[in-house]
Amino acid sequence: MSSSIPSSVSYEPTGQRLPVKTGPLLELENLSTHYVSSGGTRVVRAVDQVSLRINAGETLGIVGESGSGKSTLALTILRVLPPAARIVEGRMLFDGEDLVQKSDAEMRHIRGKRIAMILQDPMASLNPLFTIGDQVAEPIRVHEGAGRATAWQRARDLLKSVRIPSPETRVTQYPHEMSGGMRQRIVGAIGISCEPRLLIADEPTTSLDLTIQAQYLNLLRELQRAHGLALIFITHNLGIVAKMCDQLAVMYAGRVVESGPVSRIFNAPVHPYTEALLNSIPRMGDSAQRLTAIEGQPPDLAALPRGCAFAPRCDRVFDRCRVEAPPEFAPAGRRTARCWLAAADSTPSDMLVQSGTA
Amino acid sequence: MAIQTEIIGLPPRSRSRLAALRFGDFPLIPVLILGCIALVAIFANLLAPHNPEIGSLAARFKPPFWQTGGSTKYLLGTDQLGRDVLSRLIFGARVSMIVGFTAVIFAGVIGTTLGIISGYLGGWVDQVIMRLTDSWLALPGLTFAIFLAAIVGPSMWNIVIILAVTYWTRYARVIRGEVLSLKEREFVRLAIVAGCSKWTIMQRHILPNVINSAIVLGTLMLGVVIITEATLSFLGIGVPPPQAAWGLMLSDGKQSLMVGRWWLSVLPGCCIMLMVLSANILGDWLRVKLDPQLRQL
Amino acid sequence: MAVLEASGLTKHFHAKRGILGGERGVVRAVDGISFSIEPGHTLGVVGESGCGKTTTAKLVLGLEDPTAGTIRFEGRDLQGLDTAGRRHYRKSVQAVFQDPYASLNPRMRVDAIIAEPLVTNEPLSAAEARSRVLQLLDLVGLPSRAADLFPHEFSGGQRQRIAIARALALSPKLIVLDEPVSALDVSIRAQILNLLRDLQAELGLSYLFIAHDLAAVAHMSHMIVVMYLGKIVESGEARTLARTPKHPYTEALFSAALPSHPDERREEIILSGEVPSPLNPPLGCRFHPRCPHAMARCADEEPMLQDVEGRLVACHLYDAAEHRALIRIAAGVSQVS
Repeated sequence: MSSSIPSSVSYEPTGQRLPVKTGPLLELENLSTHYVSSGGTRVVRAVDQVSLRINAGETLGIVGESGSGKSTLALTILRVLPPAARIVEGRMLFDGEDLVQKSDAEMRHIRGKRIAMILQDPMASLNPLFTIGDQVAEPIRVHEGAGRATAWQRARDLLKSVRIPSPETRVTQYPHEMSGGMRQRIVGAIGISCEPRLLIADEPTTSLDLTIQAQYLNLLRELQRAHGLALIFITHNLGIVAKMCDQLAVMYAGRVVESGPVSRIFNAPVHPYTEALLNSIPRMGDSAQRLTAIEGQPPDLAALPRGCAFAPRCDRVFDRCRVEAPPEFAPAGRRTARCWLAAADSTPSDMLVQSGTA
Repeated sequence: MAIQTEIIGLPPRSRSRLAALRFGDFPLIPVLILGCIALVAIFANLLAPHNPEIGSLAARFKPPFWQTGGSTKYLLGTDQLGRDVLSRLIFGARVSMIVGFTAVIFAGVIGTTLGIISGYLGGWVDQVIMRLTDSWLALPGLTFAIFLAAIVGPSMWNIVIILAVTYWTRYARVIRGEVLSLKEREFVRLAIVAGCSKWTIMQRHILPNVINSAIVLGTLMLGVVIITEATLSFLGIGVPPPQAAWGLMLSDGKQSLMVGRWWLSVLPGCCIMLMVLSANILGDWLRVKLDPQLRQL
Repeated sequence: MAVLEASGLTKHFHAKRGILGGERGVVRAVDGISFSIEPGHTLGVVGESGCGKTTTAKLVLGLEDPTAGTIRFEGRDLQGLDTAGRRHYRKSVQAVFQDPYASLNPRMRVDAIIAEPLVTNEPLSAAEARSRVLQLLDLVGLPSRAADLFPHEFSGGQRQRIAIARALALSPKLIVLDEPVSALDVSIRAQILNLLRDLQAELGLSYLFIAHDLAAVAHMSHMIVVMYLGKIVESGEARTLARTPKHPYTEALFSAALPSHPDERREEIILSGEVPSPLNPPLGCRFHPRCPHAMARCADEEPMLQDVEGRLVACHLYDAAEHRALIRIAAGVSQVS
């Protein structure tokens, strides 16, 4: 078996050298997004005190099941939340600027140009009434003010870079004339059209066939290398994380319960949820008779139990867990774990941030 | 049992469906209005101060009590035959309610049944029923109603039947559309796999899932039906005199409008408007409430 | 004797395009496949969109009639069955589908849902039906008070258990599982897969297990069948097939499966092109336009399924000893023939 991926990898963009800033590309500090019902009665803590960091050129995987808050987190970063949701606390430092404080106009300049996002369903992401060329050229025209001819030429180049065969003919076609795999690649082309520094991909391969998924993930990796992109993968599939990501953050009930380099977490998970998740996945070639299942159901975000949200399902729970919600601990290096089991040999993460360790 | 499965805990008992119709955005006023009209219709005998059909000619064209010449004996005035307008309005509520609801229910039953059969069975049955619906819809509704009324003669129950027969097509179309998408749902496939016959499936699986739409459509159709009844009465082919009906009162009162006797047409007109508006608002609210996809978080 | 045996099973659909039904075509959804399912065993079916696995499920369930070929249930041909025979078949073959939210009628209580197959097929009193429902709920690990609730009061995993309980109501011999866990959360999938295995051991059920999660299929199945554009390209014992696939498509498919650990490295076989549509399958071997080992012969002649070391493979690479050299060259091992 070959060696594991080192914990922080930086890719040099080919050709153009991008200005290098020190510090992480995106840093979320204690971010919380809550949904409030119309009567003000129900508050759903969709994202709760999330702190994450991603450096330029890195790939971060955010893993969670339904109700973990991972999709809300993606919407929060881009500030495209529905009206019922609001960011109640925290900062989002992108290249040093706090996105939470930005006005709508400033966010519009950032979306698509500096941070881009691709979603799960390519058919819903593309407008059936406009040609492919129109849709790929749109961000270029909006953000760079390019004329139609220039933008369409760029569009053709982009389609070529995402390996769409015969891009000259494809540009004038419509989304329904393409296959699912091709549509997802077009969505990817739209995403990178303005050379963003960060691309957020929310379950980009869930609707794709296995062999098409393999093609697509390969493509994303190549694009990342060519453009020096940082990638955030939001997924429930640990396999994608194992294949594509350098760093991993596991979310449960709106909080990050564990984060750190992928290999280290897979080899030695600290949080019982991460461990149980890793053990419950069937492995190829493993002839064990039973899979290790996690008992119980995911929690209702509007009525979280007191103490640790995972306590009702945890097989290593003890009394303190049920009473007091654990803070984030930093066992070692760039790892964090939100679990009382990690309390013994680590410092709480607020001390860590002040000391500035990477 | 040798099976080593865990007994799964269930979520706490959730609210019943009635309680789910929260009182937050409940359209209180329209429901109160409709409720009042219904009560008035039921207790008309007790509430009406005078006989609605027989008047005294000595008391013709008395204005409402707050105008000069009016008296508290006839609170809302009298019409050309000396009949008390208030009593006629009260009894007219009965006609509007009965005609409105029964016509809507009859139309609903016919239309929903045909919509389900047409949507589920498909094939030539669907074609026949849809072409029937199309041609029926092509007939101008009001003209058709007039035509039928002229043939069968006016009476309250004839009007009900005429209205039902004119408006069932709205249901058929809408329900058929829903059935077409319901048919593809997996629980229907599983019912086939379990061995259920087509009729059982239509009754047990399709019908309960389209009933909500039918109810919502019904509340919206209520307004249309009542206006049609009023129009028929206005044209003289609706509920026959001396029975009190709001549309008839409107019609009789229209000449008097010119002479300043506004209460003979404006008051029944207001009643019609209140009832139809309330029904529409209620229907709109129900549509959002009963359709889980339209409900907000 | 096998519970279910399909031979030469074929299903063609007619596709009409255009307003006036202009361009006509035939969708060869399933084209001459043969397989068998032994009692108490699971047959896994893998393949991508357009391979025909859903149509195969529908054919086995009797939701579609085959264009050609036969299905034998316990030795008896389905076509030749009379009404009573078909009834018996219906009772013996049940299904669990992918979407737990669409599989249960939202207007029916759980006990009515589970009891429906029973009351439709057998004259049971209400008390007998009720006691059977409670028995089934216990079998799938749900408390008895679940019987009086509605589907929306349950989570996805619990609803899938209800669907399984319903499928078991008639004590079937074979259950068709069409992506039974794909719509569920990862942590719940293990619960349901364990339940299915336990039920198989306890009740001697056979499963036709269709899923796109290769590891889950390999874990659950005794035999696997790999489909591509309506044909079976490889079939054999599950674990060995997953470990050493022989057909180039199977190789590509299993290499595309996501790793379970970041250190796991597989040879990445990236196929070119898209999955072609079953409307116009390529001539000769249907896989040859995307196959990294395609030869001239593959464009003309369709390969038949042959026995290769206990596995059935439909590929010209395995035709005769002289082709073994070609395999070695294609696999990159430098050996001179």
